[in-house]
Amino acid sequence: MSLNRTHELHQRRFGRNLGVALTLAAFIFIVFGLTVVKVTRGDFEPPQASVGGQG
Amino acid sequence: MSDASFNASTARAAHRPDEAGFGDYFALLKPRVMSLVVFTALVGLVAAPVSVHPFIGFCAILFIAIGGGASGALNMWWDADIDQVMKRTKKRPIPAGKVEPGEALALGLGLSGLSVMMLALATNVLAGAFLAFTIFFYVVVYTMWLKRTTPQNIVIGGAAGAFPPVIGWIAATGDMSVEPWLMFALTFMWTPPHFWALALFMRSDYDDAGVPMLTVTHGRRATRVHILIYTILLALLALGTAFSNIGGPIYLAVALVLNALFLLGAIRIWRRDEADSEADNFKTERGFFKLSLLYLFLHFGAILAEALLRPYGLGGWG
Repeated sequence: MSLNRTHELHQRRFGRNLGVALTLAAFIFIVFGLTVVKVTRGDFEPPQASVGGQG
Repeated sequence: MSDASFNASTARAAHRPDEAGFGDYFALLKPRVMSLVVFTALVGLVAAPVSVHPFIGFCAILFIAIGGGASGALNMWWDADIDQVMKRTKKRPIPAGKVEPGEALALGLGLSGLSVMMLALATNVLAGAFLAFTIFFYVVVYTMWLKRTTPQNIVIGGAAGAFPPVIGWIAATGDMSVEPWLMFALTFMWTPPHFWALALFMRSDYDDAGVPMLTVTHGRRATRVHILIYTILLALLALGTAFSNIGGPIYLAVALVLNALFLLGAIRIWRRDEADSEADNFKTERGFFKLSLLYLFLHFGAILAEALLRPYGLGGWG
């Protein structure tokens, strides 16, 4: 059986690779989005020092 | 890639004309079950009495859905032998020869870890822990242990499908209260009549696979009685939920109509014998099964409606 580069198999593999690529891109977008939301909300701010504690 | 390796790869592929596409891997995640998980988790999240950032809410639902999908892939990996026998499941990617069992196992484990970790990071550790427990319960307790050993498999296994609204609620609030457990109980009590109706009209499937469904171990008469008993208990629970913090007039109206119809269907199933059912090709049982899908969707839809109207002073009992 001869297979050239335009075989249906290659199209299916391209579809699979494209799916994986888009999934990874979506994952990056989600991690970035979560980071932006959590940082702007102040989730990672250190606790405020009590007023009049020192100095 | 060298010519030699390219030729070797294409020659290998020629022996597997059904090589999996992206959609086959997606099918391992049981998209139809995932849609139920997404919906009930969303209701749990929205019904919670705190506001959640929309993007965090979206991520929470997404990771709960991926966790549900991962447990589906692990279920297909473990059940590949019986999926091959049952008419309903033999076109799944593993029995169809498109995906290797090891690939399903790797995908299931990978996505389980990813979804639990990301849910814990996006929302809180308790939500992540509950998602991990749900995956464990569905894969180990239900799929590996109960499904093939007890006719109560559906009853206890139904708990796994009932957890998503609880996880959604915990993702929003960070703690637990009675309301998400009412949603849990609703799905938990709904699962047995839903699956037993299916087992009545897909009669040969579970027999052929040797899965000890109630229809096989205790007979079809006993299954009809069980459907009626669970439907009565479910109706009491569904109507009682109307008077809780997640209920309200809309929910009560929906619950009254649907539970009357559902009870009527269960009574009809109980009164029929096998000759009646076979004469009309299980028309009543099929109708009851279809109604059960609508039943759960509309009950959760009503809880969602009550929650969405609450900020405008319309939802709930005021």
